[in-house]
Parts: sequence; structure tokens; C-alpha cells
Amino acid sequence: MSTQSTAAPADDTLLAVEGLSVDFETPRGTIHALRDIDLTVPKGKVLGIVGESGCGKSTLAYSLIGLLAENARVASGAIRMGDHDLARLAPSAWRDLRGTRIAMIFQDPMTALNPVTTIGQQMLDIQYRDRIGRNAKRARAIEFLEQVQIPDAASKLAAYPHQLSGGMRQRVCIAMALLTQPDLLIADEPTTALDATLEMQIVALLRDLQRKFGCSVVFVSHHLGTVAELCDDVAVMYAGEVVERGTARALFHDPQHPYTQALLDCDPARIKVATRTLPTIPGTLPDLRQPPAGCAFRARCPRSWGRCERDHPPLYPGAAGQRVRCHLSDPAEDAA
Amino acid sequence: MSLLEVTDLRIRYARQGRVRAALRREPHDFEAVSGVSFRIDAGQTLGLVGESGSGKSTIARTLIGLKKPASGSIRFDGQEISAASRRDWARLRRQMSMMWQDPVGSLSPRLTVGSLVTEPLRIHGMTGDRAEAERLLGLVGLPAEYISRYPHQLSGGQARRVGVARALALDPKLLIADEPTAGLDMSVQGEVLNLLNEVQKRTGVAVLVITHNLNLVRHVTDRMAIMYLGRFVEEGPTDRIFDHSHHPYTAALLSANPEPDPDARGARVTLSGEVPSPVNRPSGCDFHPRCPWSRPECGKTVPDWVPEGDRGHRCMFPL
Repeated sequence: MSTQSTAAPADDTLLAVEGLSVDFETPRGTIHALRDIDLTVPKGKVLGIVGESGCGKSTLAYSLIGLLAENARVASGAIRMGDHDLARLAPSAWRDLRGTRIAMIFQDPMTALNPVTTIGQQMLDIQYRDRIGRNAKRARAIEFLEQVQIPDAASKLAAYPHQLSGGMRQRVCIAMALLTQPDLLIADEPTTALDATLEMQIVALLRDLQRKFGCSVVFVSHHLGTVAELCDDVAVMYAGEVVERGTARALFHDPQHPYTQALLDCDPARIKVATRTLPTIPGTLPDLRQPPAGCAFRARCPRSWGRCERDHPPLYPGAAGQRVRCHLSDPAEDAA
Repeated sequence: MSLLEVTDLRIRYARQGRVRAALRREPHDFEAVSGVSFRIDAGQTLGLVGESGSGKSTIARTLIGLKKPASGSIRFDGQEISAASRRDWARLRRQMSMMWQDPVGSLSPRLTVGSLVTEPLRIHGMTGDRAEAERLLGLVGLPAEYISRYPHQLSGGQARRVGVARALALDPKLLIADEPTAGLDMSVQGEVLNLLNEVQKRTGVAVLVITHNLNLVRHVTDRMAIMYLGRFVEEGPTDRIFDHSHHPYTAALLSANPEPDPDARGARVTLSGEVPSPVNRPSGCDFHPRCPWSRPECGKTVPDWVPEGDRGHRCMFPL
């Protein structure tokens, strides 16, 4: 199963994903959406999860907060947080964790807020556990709206979500997530629905608040620029697997996996000279009902050879301290 | 002579709550596009860049006759079209086509790819037979067996290719592409942009690309215009604007899509505040409440358009 050591998480680890596999049952067969994921989220750090549509990054994020769809099933592995295994938590136990130790910011701030209730009421409701008076809760709501730099916060409590702009709504969602003072904040593409200049504003805000509150953040995005801006560690996913993980500096400066390299090459922000022919990654994702036997990226990889078809690569240690799921990083290949 | 020449275009929309506005003696409409001028030559590509609400899609809808301008002139192929009749439009729409923003949503789920790509031909009284469908799919690099597929069987990139094929079916002189890469993965974005470049080289069609993504504009356009609150703030040859932008808003947009490098953190022009509403414009320069370099004068006078050779900007204190 897992090629990683499954020793008890060290003290600076908030959450450890160990050999997690998640399947979706569909009428057309079982989709193996996540396969053997190993990750750690250190305390007080930001972990970025990068990948393209269908790579499983949102499935991973939702499994960390127990919000997987009904047809999902944890096939194997564990998600350890303290004494809990989040992969096999009973619904009642989840209710004690969600909104206290783990909170989430969703992609679309319009559908994440209740359209028929005021911002103020929603921010009071989320404090239902706290045994403080209504006025104290109201004061906290205003305090957190100010933390996310909403001007004239007190007057915004009476507003309905549709009266705020997209950027403001996402700030309200961030304020509500932080109100519960979670240990872990999961942000699933929180800036995708926003304009470019707002996107950077929200990323800068998340960075400042993360430092202030000291919580850990799992930041899911397909936008490499925001991930480089915000994250300490990065995991790159492809077809339901982590293909490379390490520090942000290692991955952006010295990517080892051919998929990470191709993904970085495709980012038009990195292409300095104007060109009329942009790089692409030819081919399509493998069918996750029957994941390929060898390397999942093999069919699209410019450097694949015979071994990639036979052996499924484990996570080898990479040049800049990262972990790489590619036979090119196998020390034995160099020796041969 | 340019293929398309737009002069001092103004477009107005009715406001919500018109009764209340009338009682308060407030204007019942607002200007979404305020005095925009530009031109596109045959075979050239212009990028129209701006954030939500900047008026860029409104310009596209007006160019294609879905919205009447309040004033200004639009000359297409030597003919004034800002007040064209319905009958004129039936002919004009053969020469201008549109690639819609939502690639799957703009394709009828009940038609096959083959009948989707030949639909424009049938509407204009031409025969859209199988050979023609195959030719169009070939033009956008889709294999002929896709003729019998339905939109839900396509990936995002393939649906985008069908959109390009539909837009090219009538051999137009101008192609308007509204956010051609929105919602696509990075590796597929390049595919669609390469296709647009290739099609343009082969057919000589002029292209207007509407987008909020500056990095996309850099690789496909000859000239670019940056919009803020219904006005151009900067316009000129794409490479020169990327070399050195004069308007602070352009500079902010440029640094909002940075090269992914963890060592370059924070070295950006980060704006505060949000885009104001065109219903309630700020005094003076539209951008001054968010501009990191604004001076007291910026709140008082509306800056004029400053032409500088083959480019221009709207800033009193250019960078």
C-alpha cells in the first residue's frame, strides 16, 4: 500500500494523510478518484494542492472535511488528526470537528452564503456553540469583518449576500471560516470566481490572516501564480495521485516530475518572449475506472520508456528535497 | 482603410428601479461604455482587456448588433452599421461571427457536432452537407468521426474547437472571441490559442479577443486596449505595452498574473478597494480611488486621452 513510513505524526504535524484511496461508485463503473495519497499538513503552514480538472484535488479537499458525495467510499488509508482518523469518522464525531477545528472556504462565494438571510444573522449562527451573549457575538462578527478589511463593517451586517460584490462575499466567507478559529482551513479554489486584481488582493489577505491566526491552510488551486504567492509546501496531483511534493521553492525552481515541468511550461505567465505557438500537454487523462498499470502520466510523457509501462513508480527522493513519482528520479536508474 | 473603425462609441443601459430614480429626479439609465474609439485592420488581432463590469462584453454585443449604441459611429468594411436595420444585419452577420464565452452552453445539447457546425450555413440558405461539416472539423483539428457526437460527449477544449468551427463556417471577415480560454485548464488553453493563431494565418480573418487574462493577450494579439469602467485607459501595440505600461491600472493588471516564483512574493502592485459601479462614478479619474500613485489632482479632473505615436493612455501622471 503506502510506500511512506506510517509512523505516528510528529509534533509539528497537524494532519497526516496516509495511503488514502477514494472510489466513486457510478452506473458506469467504479472510478478510482484518489489512489494512495500521502501528505502531511504541518502546523501553521500553507500546503498548496495543484493540478488540472479531474486530477482529484477537490476530492482530496472534501475528504479532509468529510463532505464527500454519497457515492464516494474510502477504499483504504487514513487521515490522522490528533487521535482521530478522519477517513472513518462517524457523522456525530464530524459535527464536533467541522466548524470548530476544521473550516472551509468554497469556490463560489454566492452559493456558499444563504441568499435569504443577512450577513449578520449568518455570522451569529456560525457562533452557535459559543456561550456568550448576542451582543458579544455581534461584536465578534464586526471584529472579523474588519479583519478581512470590509469597510464600514457594522453596516454590512444588515446586508444580504446579493448586495455585496463577489470579492466582498468571499471576504465574508473567509471571516466566517476564521470566526470559528479552526486549526485547519481548507480553501477550495477560493479566487477562481474573482477578477485578476481581486484575486491577488484575496491571496494577500489570506496570507496575512494565516500568519496572524497561525492556522494551517490547505489551498487548492489550478493557478500556479497564487500558489507560489501563498504556499510553503506544494503537492502536484495528476489522475488521482500525488506525482510530486515538496517545498514551493523546490517545485517552482527545480521541478523533477515531467508533468510538473510540463504544467509550469504551459503557464503563459512564465513565457517571457511573446510567441504565437504556446506549449500544450498533448493527450488526455487516463480513464480512472481502469487506472493504467505503470505510471499514470506515461501516455503523455515525452520521456517515458519501457519501465514506465511495467512498474508503478513510488515517490522517490528528488534533487531539491522533494518527493517525485517518476522512475527518472530512481537512484538505481542513475547507477545502471 | 481599416476593416472595423469605432469612433466615440457610447452605450447606455437602463437602471434598475427606474420609478424610484424618476421620483428622485435621477437619470434613468447609465453609461456602460463612455466614448471608446479603436480600429482593427484586416488580418489583425486586437485584445480588449478588463475586469467584470468594465464594458468589454457590452462592446462585443454592440458590434454584433445585439445592443444599440447610444451614440458614436461603427464603420465595418466601409459601411456605417451603428443604425443598421434587421435586413442589413442578416447580411452583416455572415461577415462577423462570435465565439461565445461558455463553450458547452452555447451549443444546443440536442444537435450533433455535424449539424452544429453547419447550422450557420443552413440559416443563411446554403447547403451544409457532410462534406462541408468534415471540412470545418478539419479546419479546427477534430477528426471526422466527431460529426455524430453530441456536446455532452466533448471535453471543454473540444467544445471550444466546435465553437471556432461554427464561427468560421461562413468565412467571416471579423471573428469576435469572448473569453476564448475561460474555464479551460492551462495545458488546453495553449491548444485553443494556437488554433486561433493558426486559423487566422490561414484565413486572414481579423480577430477581436475579449478577456481579463493579460497573459493570453500577449501571445495572440497585435494591439491591445485596457478598459476600466467603460473607458480605455491605455491602447497600443501589445509588445510595447508589455515592455512599459503607462497607466497604473495596466501595471496592476500585469502584476496580478505573475510568474509563479515563491522568491518574488509581495513584489506586486496590489490594489486596494474594488471596481466602482458605472452608475456611481468617482469624481476625476475613474481609477484614482484604487490607484497607488494617485495625487490630489486625480480626484478633481477627468484625465484626457493622451496620444503618443501609435499608442495612447488616459493618465495625468503616467508611469
